[in-house]
Amino acid sequence: MDTWHAHRRAFWTFFLPPTAWLVLFFLAPLALVWGFSFGEKRGLVEIAINGTLENYVRALDPLYLRIFGKSFWFAALTTLICLAVGFPVAVAITFAPPRWKPILLLLTILPFWTNLLIRTYALIAVLRTRGYVNFAAEWGWERADAALAWVGLGDLHLLGERFEPLAMLYNNTAVVFGLVYVHLPFMVLPLYAALDRLERSYLEASLDLGASQLRTFASVVVPLALPGIVSGVIITFIPALGSFLTPDLLGGTDSQMIANVIERQFKSANDWPFGAALSFLLMYVTFFALALRAAASRGRSAMEAA
Amino acid sequence: MSAAAGRRLAPGPLEYGRRAWMRLTLLATFVFLYAPIATLIAFSFNDSRRNIVWRGFTFKYYEKAWNNDSLIEAFVNSLTIAFVSTLASTVLGTLAAVALWRFRFPFKGPHEAAMALPIVIPEICMGVAMLAFFARIGWPTGLPWPLNLGAITIAHISFSFPFVAVVVRARLANFNRELDEAARDLGASEWQAFRDVLVPYMLPGLVAGALLAFTLSLDDFVITFFTSGPDTVTFPVKVYSMVRFSVTPEVNAASTVLIAITLLITGIALWLQGRSGARQLPGKG
Repeated sequence: MDTWHAHRRAFWTFFLPPTAWLVLFFLAPLALVWGFSFGEKRGLVEIAINGTLENYVRALDPLYLRIFGKSFWFAALTTLICLAVGFPVAVAITFAPPRWKPILLLLTILPFWTNLLIRTYALIAVLRTRGYVNFAAEWGWERADAALAWVGLGDLHLLGERFEPLAMLYNNTAVVFGLVYVHLPFMVLPLYAALDRLERSYLEASLDLGASQLRTFASVVVPLALPGIVSGVIITFIPALGSFLTPDLLGGTDSQMIANVIERQFKSANDWPFGAALSFLLMYVTFFALALRAAASRGRSAMEAA
Repeated sequence: MSAAAGRRLAPGPLEYGRRAWMRLTLLATFVFLYAPIATLIAFSFNDSRRNIVWRGFTFKYYEKAWNNDSLIEAFVNSLTIAFVSTLASTVLGTLAAVALWRFRFPFKGPHEAAMALPIVIPEICMGVAMLAFFARIGWPTGLPWPLNLGAITIAHISFSFPFVAVVVRARLANFNRELDEAARDLGASEWQAFRDVLVPYMLPGLVAGALLAFTLSLDDFVITFFTSGPDTVTFPVKVYSMVRFSVTPEVNAASTVLIAITLLITGIALWLQGRSGARQLPGKG
């Protein structure tokens, strides 16, 4: 590797353009928002950055604390469901016949490359009251009703006067459902990566020595796959926590997450300093989670080195 | 043939992939992941306005989407932004990858971390930062097309080029740096060594990175949402406003076209990456 001052001209040619772009069009905007978060709204568009902590204090208001709490709860629940569903999927892919593996992996990754907005829209089309799930339910209801009439119970209206569509959208369940739908691949991939590295002879030894499948899973598979689990949990949790589109399109008035509040501050509510403070609080949580992940993977390499 | 070989044996203790409940979970998961998208695509060809009962095959919603001027305008905007953003991101990303690969310099760790920031920070944070930035510096609005797309394009370059840098650097990781040094020792200028030694080797990475940048730009909604104005609407932003309004077969048709384009580009990128043996990247959710 060359030292930079041995080839100054070449170094600056390669180094300067991307670095300048990053500073000018990424770090400067972030710094500006960071500054705004210590500022005060003076007019319609004017913001005075005067070092006030007012915006952060306001974020501690029970109203916003509740939204933070709810966002954490949604993200945690999503992560948990993804883990519960993703683990068997990752195990199944790991132990699938070799010629199936690439296909199964591709099927897992493919949704990543389908537009997030379109995937969310697809959920709306499926779950809304005039959607496909309700249509299927109505069809089933009509058949069941006809069957009841046929056996002579038609007058009792056991299934109700008429079909009531299920309200599956615009509530908290829909948001968590949508978040799981969007983030499941984030969980499966790191789990697969960890399980695929796992030494199979350990599992064989455990089973040969009389441990049950469940015991082997709990005392051998989980501890060995732990770095992958931690990685998957964090990789799923971070984007789920910062989700904007899913709660925006699938949620009701009561299912706002942090990102929706931030959007409102910057658009309709027009309170940029407060939105900036919320935005940075979300960013700090993200950094904290990333640091945890880095620490976990450092712990692993230290363990392997020992 | 013996009786044992004739019928299938019960799954062995480690053959989890052959256990019925495992297969069922796998199947259920893929149905969960694909059924909504498959229905969306299927019903874009459905000849019924209510969009629920199958009434026969039609292309009429594609025709309708094609004749929807604002939708086409948004689509042209998206493609224009994606082309310019891809070009710039590929150049910037490649320069960054080579700089980090070739040189030792002070504060390299923090530099690398800063370069990874656009990949890891929540999209909403980057979106509002771009909104605040362009408002504060008084970025001119109301410029003639395509200059009015400048702000969105700049934002797209900012989040795309670090991805390109990661892909190209993964490719460079396997490069024997002595080849580059040998070329320069034997009298090649910096530029000649770069053009004739590094670029040919990096090429699959460059193409894969460019295709990734293209799909990232074409697909982005959240960051664009904050940088777009009333007359700079991109395809996802347009679809968003249509989705908020109603669920129509026309939106299904438009979405299907976008899915097809993205999958085609991703397919090419994966194929190239598979051939070049570079590492794969998880997408940006």
